[in-house]
Amino acid sequence: MAHAPEKADISGVPAEQAPDLTAAPEAVAAEVPPELVAQSLREYFRAWVARIAAGESGVLPVIAAMLAITIVFTAISPNNVFLSPVNLVNLFQQSAVFMVLAMAEGFALVLGEIDLSVGFVGACGAAITVQLVQPLTTRWPWWAAILAGLLFCAVFGAIQGTLITRLRLPSFIVTLAGYLIGNGLFLWILAFGPFSGYPNLAGDSDNLKVIYNLMWGSIDPIASWVLAAAFVVGLGLWMWISDARRRNSGLVAPPASLTLLKIGLIAVVTVVVVAICNTNRAALGTFTTLAGVPWVIPIVLGVLVVWTILLQRTKYGRYVYAIGGNPEAARRAGINLPLVRTAAFALCSFTAGIGIMLYASLLGGMSNNIQGGQYVLYAVAAAVIGGTSLFGGRGKPLHGVLGGLVIGGIYNGMYLMGFSVQWEYVVTGLVLLAAVTIDSLSRRGASSGSVTRV
Amino acid sequence: MTAAVARESATGEPLLKIRELDKHFGPVQALYHVDLDLPYGKVTALCGDNGAGKTVLTKCIAGIYSPDHGQIYFEGHPVHIRSARDAARLGIETVYQDLALADNLDIVQNMFLGRERTSNGLLNEDSMERSAAETLASLRVTTVRSIRQPVASLSGGQRQSVAVARAVMWNSKLVIMDEPTAALGVAQTKQVLDLIKRLRDRGLAVMVISHNLTDVFEVADRIAVLYLGRLVVQDDASALDLQKVVEYMTTGGSSRTGGARTRES
Repeated sequence: MAHAPEKADISGVPAEQAPDLTAAPEAVAAEVPPELVAQSLREYFRAWVARIAAGESGVLPVIAAMLAITIVFTAISPNNVFLSPVNLVNLFQQSAVFMVLAMAEGFALVLGEIDLSVGFVGACGAAITVQLVQPLTTRWPWWAAILAGLLFCAVFGAIQGTLITRLRLPSFIVTLAGYLIGNGLFLWILAFGPFSGYPNLAGDSDNLKVIYNLMWGSIDPIASWVLAAAFVVGLGLWMWISDARRRNSGLVAPPASLTLLKIGLIAVVTVVVVAICNTNRAALGTFTTLAGVPWVIPIVLGVLVVWTILLQRTKYGRYVYAIGGNPEAARRAGINLPLVRTAAFALCSFTAGIGIMLYASLLGGMSNNIQGGQYVLYAVAAAVIGGTSLFGGRGKPLHGVLGGLVIGGIYNGMYLMGFSVQWEYVVTGLVLLAAVTIDSLSRRGASSGSVTRV
Repeated sequence: MTAAVARESATGEPLLKIRELDKHFGPVQALYHVDLDLPYGKVTALCGDNGAGKTVLTKCIAGIYSPDHGQIYFEGHPVHIRSARDAARLGIETVYQDLALADNLDIVQNMFLGRERTSNGLLNEDSMERSAAETLASLRVTTVRSIRQPVASLSGGQRQSVAVARAVMWNSKLVIMDEPTAALGVAQTKQVLDLIKRLRDRGLAVMVISHNLTDVFEVADRIAVLYLGRLVVQDDASALDLQKVVEYMTTGGSSRTGGARTRES
């Protein structure tokens, strides 16, 4: 408390005021994000440790889970194959589906709602896309087919949202109905055409290839480096300039060393990912090379960036968080609750469409074996493991990405070990339980922290 | 703020004037011929027992209910306040008892909720943070550690301060506060009462609804008492005492002299 005098009084008002006797210093110290009050990197880490000790752990559990998964599976997988570039790229591809679905579910979770329909609504959208590009039947161009699939998802989500907000039906039940209806529609869409329920993406048509390459296509290794460098430099400059501007104009901003540390971390992660992807991962004995960053990584990154900007930097996003935190406050502030919530359900289903489209690409087609129900649970699990609260008001798209990586890691590692599918379910369930427990405990810690809550 | 004070001395007209206001819900007459003045630069306390009609009267001013009969004058002009937006446009802001703050948002985000500033479609956080800091500083709310901390981490008094700061940020002229000190400890109550006095010193009209008569006498310049939907007394606080106010609140009249009855009923 004592070290941060410049920011304690927010605008240089004469220090005539007595210290606030009413604030609970230890609770406040724990709950204020450290970057808001720290003046130096050392203070930042001290505040950070205090926060973790008080149960506000942030993304720490998910990072710890990732480390644990990596260490355990590397140690026990045959020939340490878990950390081989081939497997890591494979892991990114598998996780991408969980990540995007978790970002979709995030829209519902931040509102304090849930969407159980993401798996099958997304599957309907993906099935529409896969069907429309088939050269034997409709022959739509790839972009129109993708748009049609995603549009279907958005409309489906908007209908669910309308029922939830206008008729005030519980989201759990409406989206459960959406799950069943989606499942039915999905089977019905698959049955069209001469593919006996299995339209696939194999073939010479360019439109088929584009959809197939969403997951399996790679960017040329040199272009990968160039794009990665552009990404790091662009993001780094933006972070540095905006933080520096805030620091110079006396607004709340992290210390310069912290900004640099964050930029450095992003750079390191990017370099490592690109280096892994640029290793030749063609099977031994073949003479082709297979290297470069798979398309799916920039796609997931794009979804992450766009949804992060929408949620953190626009009025709409602010309203989503406000409704998740206190719907009554949002209503009194003149926010159009039904509109914001309906749009969130539409965005949720839309994003789910992207997720299952990536899944269709991973599978190389669509089939009625798709586990839409299971994928919903993975989506919720990934979002919660990543740090999104089930109680509404807290969560970022980044949490979905981190949680998706954890689920993908478990999935991939168990597969490498030759564990049967039942183990994968049990372990994922246990990880989800741990994540919900952390979420719930940190929330309880937070509410006992504020001494008097009116 | 000085302009508001100047206008009052020039015209002598109160900021908000209510005349013969009636409101009923079905057969229940909630307000009956209520006359009330809320002058510039004064704290008016509205007292009354449970069910006396305090909340209904507040909501009529705040635009949540529309009165059946009677007229509201704002700055001397007759007005019809049909929604909270209308009230906000006139410069009437209400701080409800539950404060209506979103715990997961920070102080700046709460103060601008619903009225965010944007540039090129994105939130202009720098501009909002600067204005919020200025407003808090002008109210001498300086105990918060960081203006960017979530409201969940604030004490009760600090939360009340944020809600009040939000209300005064919009060039508001009248701030209505519903039970501002209920559920607060001693130190926090003092903090909030000081804040109310600061609003008055800026020339704002303040209406405080409270059960706590100690607080009322501590802060109010004028006191109005509702009894079963009728305004039974409205006078300078100095002309009343605790005993009399209690008597008005419980019986609708006073056995002793003093306290100009605005309306014989």
